[in-house]
Formats: sequence, structure tokens, C-alpha cells
Amino acid sequence: MIELTVNGRKHSVDVEPEMPLLWVLRDVLDVKGPKFGCGIAQCGACTVHLNGEPVRSCSVPVSAAANQKVLTIEGLAQRGQLHPVQKAWIDHEVPQCGYCQSGQIMAAVALLAKNRDPSDKDIDAAMTNICRCGTYARIRTAIHAAAKTLKSTKA
Amino acid sequence: MPILFRKSRRDFLKVSTAAGGGLALQFMIPARAIAAGAVAKGPELTAWLVVNPDNSVVIRVARSEMGQGSSTGLAMLVAEELECDWTKVRTEFVSTAEHVRRNRVWGSMATGGSRSIRDSQEYLRQAGAAAREMLVAAAAQRWKVPASECDAENGVITHTLSLRKLRFGQVALAASKLEPPKDVKLKDPKAWNLIGKPARRLDIPDKVRGKPLFGIDVQQPGMAYAAIAQCPVFRGKLATVAGERIKGMRGLIKVVQLEDAVAVVADNWWRADRMLKLLPIEWDVGPNGGASTESIREFVRFGLEDSSVPVARDDGNVEAAFAQAAKLIESEYYAPFLNHAPLEPMNCTALVKGDRVEVWAPTQNAEATHAAAAATAGVPLENVEVHLTHLGGGFGRRGFQDYTRQAVSIAKAVEGRPVKLLWSREEDMQHDYYRPMTLMRFKAALDSSGKLTAWRVRDASHSIMAGVRPQEIKEGIDRHALGGIVDMPYEVPNLRIEFAMRNSHVPVGFMRTVFHSQNPFMRECFVDEMASAAGKDPYEFRRALLQGRPKDLGVLDAAARVSGWGSPLPAGVHRGIAVQDSHGSYAGAVFEVSVSAAGELDIRRVVVAVDPGYVVNPDSAEAQVQSCVAYGLTSVLWGEITLREGRVEQSNFHDYRLMRIAEMPKRIEAVLVPSGGFWGGMGETPLAPLAPALANAIFAATGKRIRSLPLKNQGLRLA
Ligand code: FES
Ligand code: FES
Repeated sequence: MIELTVNGRKHSVDVEPEMPLLWVLRDVLDVKGPKFGCGIAQCGACTVHLNGEPVRSCSVPVSAAANQKVLTIEGLAQRGQLHPVQKAWIDHEVPQCGYCQSGQIMAAVALLAKNRDPSDKDIDAAMTNICRCGTYARIRTAIHAAAKTLKSTKA
Repeated sequence: MPILFRKSRRDFLKVSTAAGGGLALQFMIPARAIAAGAVAKGPELTAWLVVNPDNSVVIRVARSEMGQGSSTGLAMLVAEELECDWTKVRTEFVSTAEHVRRNRVWGSMATGGSRSIRDSQEYLRQAGAAAREMLVAAAAQRWKVPASECDAENGVITHTLSLRKLRFGQVALAASKLEPPKDVKLKDPKAWNLIGKPARRLDIPDKVRGKPLFGIDVQQPGMAYAAIAQCPVFRGKLATVAGERIKGMRGLIKVVQLEDAVAVVADNWWRADRMLKLLPIEWDVGPNGGASTESIREFVRFGLEDSSVPVARDDGNVEAAFAQAAKLIESEYYAPFLNHAPLEPMNCTALVKGDRVEVWAPTQNAEATHAAAAATAGVPLENVEVHLTHLGGGFGRRGFQDYTRQAVSIAKAVEGRPVKLLWSREEDMQHDYYRPMTLMRFKAALDSSGKLTAWRVRDASHSIMAGVRPQEIKEGIDRHALGGIVDMPYEVPNLRIEFAMRNSHVPVGFMRTVFHSQNPFMRECFVDEMASAAGKDPYEFRRALLQGRPKDLGVLDAAARVSGWGSPLPAGVHRGIAVQDSHGSYAGAVFEVSVSAAGELDIRRVVVAVDPGYVVNPDSAEAQVQSCVAYGLTSVLWGEITLREGRVEQSNFHDYRLMRIAEMPKRIEAVLVPSGGFWGGMGETPLAPLAPALANAIFAATGKRIRSLPLKNQGLRLA
């Protein structure tokens, strides 16, 4: 049995320790926000936070998450309030097919947690997730907008 | 113009007629369309919409949403005429079982060729107008006044003389009992309130919440999971599989053998995939086990040399014009196979129970999926229901039903249990219907004033139609493969177009913009070669040839104007231009680039002008231009599927590179110039002029012609 906390809820799962976190989330715990795109840490569709750090859950064995905190897109809203990054994503109409977007949003939230005012270069370096629909221009705009909101609410 | 996936639809119709009209059948699960958050409780007013008592409106969408935003655009068309409150509109996908039961009431469900809006705009607007008239009539009856004294606006009907008001929801039930009007008058485009103004996409809130909208997210009680390995050489077969190797392993449910594939069914996908990788499988690869990119290219290239190929167009007399030319130019162009690579890998969930089948699929054609499921299970159409999910990208790949047939076959083997088949990225990369490999040779003649007098095209290409609709090929000529060539906008007095169909064992299919993703590259680069040889400006050279084509000229001029064509640029920065119409719309593009001596390419500005006639949602239209830039540049810069020993060499995103945010040009300008009077596509046309405009800019910067893609093989990389 492996214990882990997902979006604030404790779970214990009876799976192989090497089973990737992504598949434990999706197929065992029915948490479908993180997506499967490549399975080899290339695309970032599976991005979740492990103790606040963005990780590519397709390439993290569940054993590495044992007794740790996992946050997925489903856990981002607080008391029904969307995260400012999610709000910026809506304001700027970022998603097209939407498949990459939970990963993009989790990567952006992690970036803004570390860097309150990322430059375009910082965004280029941190946001390595693939969007096949090419929503990049709007992702960039939305991250800058979310940074502004975060600054004004926290200042 | 290509009409995608018609073959499947015809199959559907065939089976549909054979099954007759007795449709009063019980369904396993009540017919119900899946739609995030949509609740169609109230009465139906035409097949297209439901007005709930709370005044909210559910508009039915028969086409697939794969990111292009058409589910919102289609709803806007209905709502424009309905005069409902747009903030209370939701959508739901229609049920294919209902579609069969109701005699195809929702028309085509195919989503391809940028046809969703342009093919259905008229009947959708008519449905909205009919529903509005029914609501108004019901209110007028209640007030006992003539309907002509009543107006509908924003979900409220007003009796204009007494100013009495009723909300749509209050009269919807009564309205639903009225006969829909036979003839309805549609609004003048000048009176549109919704169409042409930016509207919020209805699917976005769920998408930023990570809601389980996609095929891969389907969850059913007792569901099993399947992973699949297909014969690595196309057209090969399964020989043997040693199933005992994984016997007794944790989670194993079944090993299923298909004609050309093996599937492992387990209690989660990771276990299924892991066991599959342990299975010793022998393939009978057939005669194609020795094929390579080089051998296929030689095979296709023979079409350029062949002395007897059919002629698709022969205006004037090219040979005579060549004999009198002041200047002759000749070039050969090449475009490789490409993979679609939607980010969501192929998947399908199926349940076979007795003679009934239920399918959940991210598909670009739910009707074709329905027909494929019925045929695979060997049951009548009436026994099938397909739930259309959102698509994690489609780009043409999901018009093919291979993964549906597999899922139903596997579900048959574990009857009574729903099973979700999911391909690994490696399977997806190596089992696509690829963009066809194409070669072209051009010869052109200029007179002493630099005017184009003759042009001969020899096109040697794979044909998509040969596999999909062979009846379209007439006397060896596939006009679909000649898109942008046989119907080129330029006026050329002597024009000869020859076509050599060269189909290898590699399956080919429709990929975003289809042949307009490679043919305009070749044609428009060669036009640049002509302009250079004539000593003329490439923009002016095109203008002269487009005098009879105001729409093409319009987008060319718009792109030139916005980009400041001809105005001075910083040292080292150069422009390239191209134009192309496709999918009912027109697009022109200008690139500004610089290229270092080491081959580092800096794309400084991209201007794309598009005329789709009418723009429904300008915000989505702009997003489609950006999307085309990312998709198109990915192909031009890196895109290439290669083969060795009959199989695809690329396997995942490490060796089939897709654009990331750092590589996306920072300055992209979408210039929408809708000229009105027609409805064109928006999801593909902007892509067509990109490759040639970029290649022409590279020529301007380096003096080196790009005649073969991708650019990474031409010593160029992004700065
Ligand atoms: S699925 Fe994990 S990075 Fe692609
Ligand atoms: S929105 Fe489709 S992959 Fe990003």
C-alpha cells in the first residue's frame, strides 16, 4: 500500500511502486485532469505539482510520491474560486482543443509561484509544454496578465 | 474542393437504408448526448434547440469540437436568428442513435475540410429563425394578438402595442406544439448582432478546470483498458504471439489477436501496456519489409520521368511557347510524409453486449464511427450508439475509423465489459495516415519583357482519394491531389498539368490544409523563381497574374499593405510573400526574416491576411491564424516522417519535434479582411501560404532557394 495526498485528500493505493504517478491518478484515483501525451517527459500534458514543484507525472514513479502532496488542476480552485491563472486563461481565451491546458496551467502556476513577474525569456525557459494547437501567444499574454493580478492582490 | 470522409458516410447511408424504417427499438442506455454542463430538459423547437423553462437555451452541435471553436460558432449562427439571450446558451453534441432514429435530421456530422460552418450555416440560421417564429406565434396566441405585432429580442417577446412581455421559457412548451414554419426569412448581414463580433467560447471554462471532456477521459463502470501493438510494417499481418509469457501477471484480463495487431486488456492501461511490451510477437511483414524513404522517394520520383502520364489540364500549347521563350526556368520540389500528431493519442471506448454496441469516441465523423462500429460488430445501425467526446486535436487524423474498429473488436472479445483502447504515442507516430510524399517538377517560359508565357507542371504524388474514394479518380487523375495546381489562380496562356499517381505501401490521409500544405509551397516558391528570372518584384509579379482574381488579389494586397511591402527594413532583414486560396477562403502571407551565416533563422514577423467571406467569431478566427502558424511552421522547420525496413523511424516527440513557446514567432499579425457574400473555411486556409512566404523570405535573405522540406535538412535552424 502506498499513501499519498491528492488535492488535499489522503489515498492509499495498492499498486506496483514503479507505476507512474500519472496512471495512478487517472486509472486508479479517477483524477483525469492530467493528460497522457507522450509518456516520456516530452510534452508536459501530465504536469502536476509534487510538493509544489511541477513534475511530469508520466515519468515519476508513484513511490516517489509516497507520503507526499500532489496537486492537480482539479485542486487548483480554492473554495470555488478559480486560481488567477485559470481566470487569466478564460479572460484571454487561451484553450483551443484544451488537451494540453491542464499541464500548461499547472506549469504556469508553478512559474508564478517562484517568479512574480516573469519576463518573456523566463516564460520561454519555464514553459516547455507542447501545445499542438499553437495557443502560445495567448499563453504568454495570460501569464503576464495573471502576474499582474497576483501582484495587485498580494501587494 | 475536397469533401472529407464521404465514403464512410455513403456506407452509413447504405446500411441505413438496408436497415429500413422500423426504428422503435430499445436502447441499452437511453439516447443522450454528452455535453459538459448542458441540460436539455425543456421542449424541443426544431431538432436543433431546446428552450428550458428558466429561459436557458441548449443548442445542438452535430460537428466535432477539436479546438477550432466551431461548436461556439455554430451556436452563434442559431442564436443570431433565434434572438435568445446569448449568455444563457449552452451546447450539446447530438446523439448518433437519435440521428439514425430520426432519419439523419442533423445532416452531416463530418468535421473536415473546414466545412463545419460553411456547410451548415444556412440550415442552422433557418432553424434559429423557425424557432423564433414559433415562440413569437405562441406568445401572440396567448395574448390573442397577431404575431406581426410582436418582436423577439434577447430571449423576451414583446407585444409592441401593449408592451406586454413574455420570456422564451414561458411559451416554449406551447411553441413546441406548433408546426415549424415552412419558409423563414433570414436577417440581412447588416442586422447581425452576434455574427462578426468576438464572442467568448462556450467550451473554455470547462477546459481550464480540467474537466473530463476527452475520449481518453471516458470512465465506465467495470471498464477494462487495452493497449495495442500493430504490425510495424504497413499492410503486414500478425503471425504469432506467445501469450503464455504474461500468463498470471497482475491485472491481465485477456490477450486479443487481431489480423494485424495484438491487444492486451488489463485492469489499468499502464499494466496493459507493460505486459504488451513483454509479449513476444512475430509479424508477417509481407513484401514491404525492405522499403525505405530513399526507395519510396525514388518510386514516387519515377513519376517525374515517366513518359506517359495523364494530363489534367492543357491550355494553349506549352511546347510551342517554350520554343519561343526568351528565358526558360526549371525546378524540382519535394515534400516529405508528415504525422498529424494531435496531442491526445488515438483512443476509443466500446461496450459490446449481445447485439448492441455503445461507443465513446473522439472522432471527426461520429456518423462514420457509428457505421464502422456497426459493421465491425455485425449489428444493424439501430443497435449502435456513439457518444461524441471532445477531441484533443484532430487535424484530419480522426476522420479515419481504424481505432474505432479495433476498440469494437477488442470489446467483442471481452463481451459485456466496456473497454478503453488507448494507443501509445509510439503507435500513434507509426500508424498514421500520413500527409502524402509529393514531388513536382516545373518548367516555365518568360518572354523578353519578363512576362510568363508558359508553365508545365509534372506532379508525382501519393493519392489520398485512391484509398478513400477511388471513384473520384478519373483516367488516372486525382484532382484533389492537384489542389492549388490544377485550379491555380494565375492567368497563364499556356498551361499544362500532368499527374503521376505514385502510391507506396505507406497509408496517406487528410492532414490540416491537405494538399494545400505542400502544393502551394512548391507553386509559390516557383513563382518567386519566375519573378527573379524576370527581374521583377515578387509581389508585383503576382499582382500582374492575378488581375482576374479580385479575392486572391485582395488578400495579397492586404498582406503587402500591412507588412509595409517595399518599405525599408533593418539591415539583414528580408521579406517573402505568397498567396493561396483553399477551403473556400483566401490567404496571403508575408514573412520578415534574417538568416545568419551559420544558418540561424530569425522569424521576426508574420503577417497573414485572410478573406473567409464572413467571419463568425473574429476571436476564434485570430486563434486559427495563430494555430496555423504554429502547425505550419512545425512542419516546415522540422516535419519529416522517414522509413527504414518498411517501418516509420520516428517514435515520439524527441524525434518528431513539435514547436514550443520559445520557438513561436513573437510577432504574428492576423489580418481579417472578410469581403462578404460567401462562407469560407478558417481552420486551414491561413496555413497554405506560410511555407512559401517563409521560403521566399529565406531566399531574399540568403540567395538560396528552398526546394525541399523540412528546413532542418537545408542547413537552417531557428536562432
Ligand atoms: S505525457 Fe508526460 S510529458 Fe508527455
Ligand atoms: S490547446 Fe490543443 S494541444 Fe494545446
